[in-house]
Amino acid sequence: MPTRHSSDLLVIGAGVIGAACAYYAARRGLNVTVVDRGPVAGGTTGAGEGNLLVSDKGPGPELELAQLSTSLWHELSDALPREIEYEAKGGLVVASGTEDLAALRTFAARQAAAGVTAETVPGDRLGDLEPHLTPGLAGGVHYPQDAQVQPALAAAHLLRAAGGRVRLRLGEPVTGILTATDGRVRGVRTPSGDLHAPCVVNAAGAWGGELARLAGVLLPVRPRRGFVLVTEPLPRVVRRKVYSADYVADVASGSAALQTSAVVEGTPAGPVLIGASRERVGFDRTLSVEVLRRLAAQAVRLFPVLATVRALRTYAGFRPYLPDHLPAIGHDPRRPGLLHACGHEGAGIGLAPATGQIIAALAAGDEPPLDVRPFRPERFGDGAAC
Amino acid sequence: MARDRSPAALVGAATDDAFEITFDGRPVTALPGQSVAAALWAAGILAWRSTRVGGRPRGAFCGIGQCYDCLATVNGRPNRRACLLPARPGDAITTQEGHGHAELGV
Repeated sequence: MPTRHSSDLLVIGAGVIGAACAYYAARRGLNVTVVDRGPVAGGTTGAGEGNLLVSDKGPGPELELAQLSTSLWHELSDALPREIEYEAKGGLVVASGTEDLAALRTFAARQAAAGVTAETVPGDRLGDLEPHLTPGLAGGVHYPQDAQVQPALAAAHLLRAAGGRVRLRLGEPVTGILTATDGRVRGVRTPSGDLHAPCVVNAAGAWGGELARLAGVLLPVRPRRGFVLVTEPLPRVVRRKVYSADYVADVASGSAALQTSAVVEGTPAGPVLIGASRERVGFDRTLSVEVLRRLAAQAVRLFPVLATVRALRTYAGFRPYLPDHLPAIGHDPRRPGLLHACGHEGAGIGLAPATGQIIAALAAGDEPPLDVRPFRPERFGDGAAC
Repeated sequence: MARDRSPAALVGAATDDAFEITFDGRPVTALPGQSVAAALWAAGILAWRSTRVGGRPRGAFCGIGQCYDCLATVNGRPNRRACLLPARPGDAITTQEGHGHAELGV
């Protein structure tokens, strides 16, 4: 097959992670090709809520990634157009009972020790922050560093801002990984031809495991399904991202069973988004009325005013889940030339810039901005079995 | 000679008695079975909502419940599709400003 194209870096996946990899690589002077079987943000990214959170992360490598990303998103909000709907709105985590509250405050104190701004809010002051919040909650913690973007627009504008060094090939599925006789990756195969590059990045989101399998390595990315309810357009009813303390426990859980916890936030466009559910059911998009019923009921418990407005629609997405809840970022020593940037579960929008910066540095042969050993893709065992 | 080619005349239908609804407080005559949008159109009223961002006038567009352009506040409840909602005696239609939920804003 003829060589159609050659670049320094080939990114598989035009979601926000792939876009961030391309953006930061282009800024380093690399020529990048981004290939995706669908449109920009058509898979994992477009089905997200756009949360840029530090509040739901305990001290550790994921929090460090989130903290770097928080400052990078702040920079990006100046570099990218307003249409990405970046809002440094802050998060508010609330606890209904004293036991929950004690656990939340312990968690927040550990986060604060790791550099997160976390302000304790007594129950009777929650209404100052969120006037529509139900009275009688035990208390909460305010996280001013939490922010939000519109994920599909953020991905699209990252790609656009990357400029002429990035070439986009949409609607082209990757059907194979090309390797040299020494096993090194040298490009990918698509139905319209081979694309050559010395470095290939797996930014395929929830489908990152399948992509890894094409390359002959094991990366156990599994889809964790989440539904989001969308209300009719409203004025600013919810000022921050507001969620109940049990969300953190749900995120950390490895259970396949359905978990729901109220996560409520307004958007610049008007609709209020209501999440969050998690269940491991494979790539099954079937609408679950039971999940929606629970989401709505939990949101109304937090914000009784929502009982008077209508939910217009819902969407489901697959959060790319790895068993230890950490993403896979960096070189895959089992397949030289292959890098992974996937498995961020429900935090991929937030963690995209730091991930992109790491991948760009590694692809350019430089030191990454933080220690990437916790994210090493081969940590789940070698790929001999696949 | 001008012929009455209204749907009612074409099928020789006789309607029940007309009744009154109001639009922004002024009386509008409606016929049984008419949608709110049809009654407003028949009274020469073409716009009963302003858009959220630009404040531009909106009324019925598709007329079959698909485009959501004809949203109106009916008896205090916003976002009713005027093209689908049958008019009922005494209905109070009011011009909807934007999303119609301004009172919820904080």
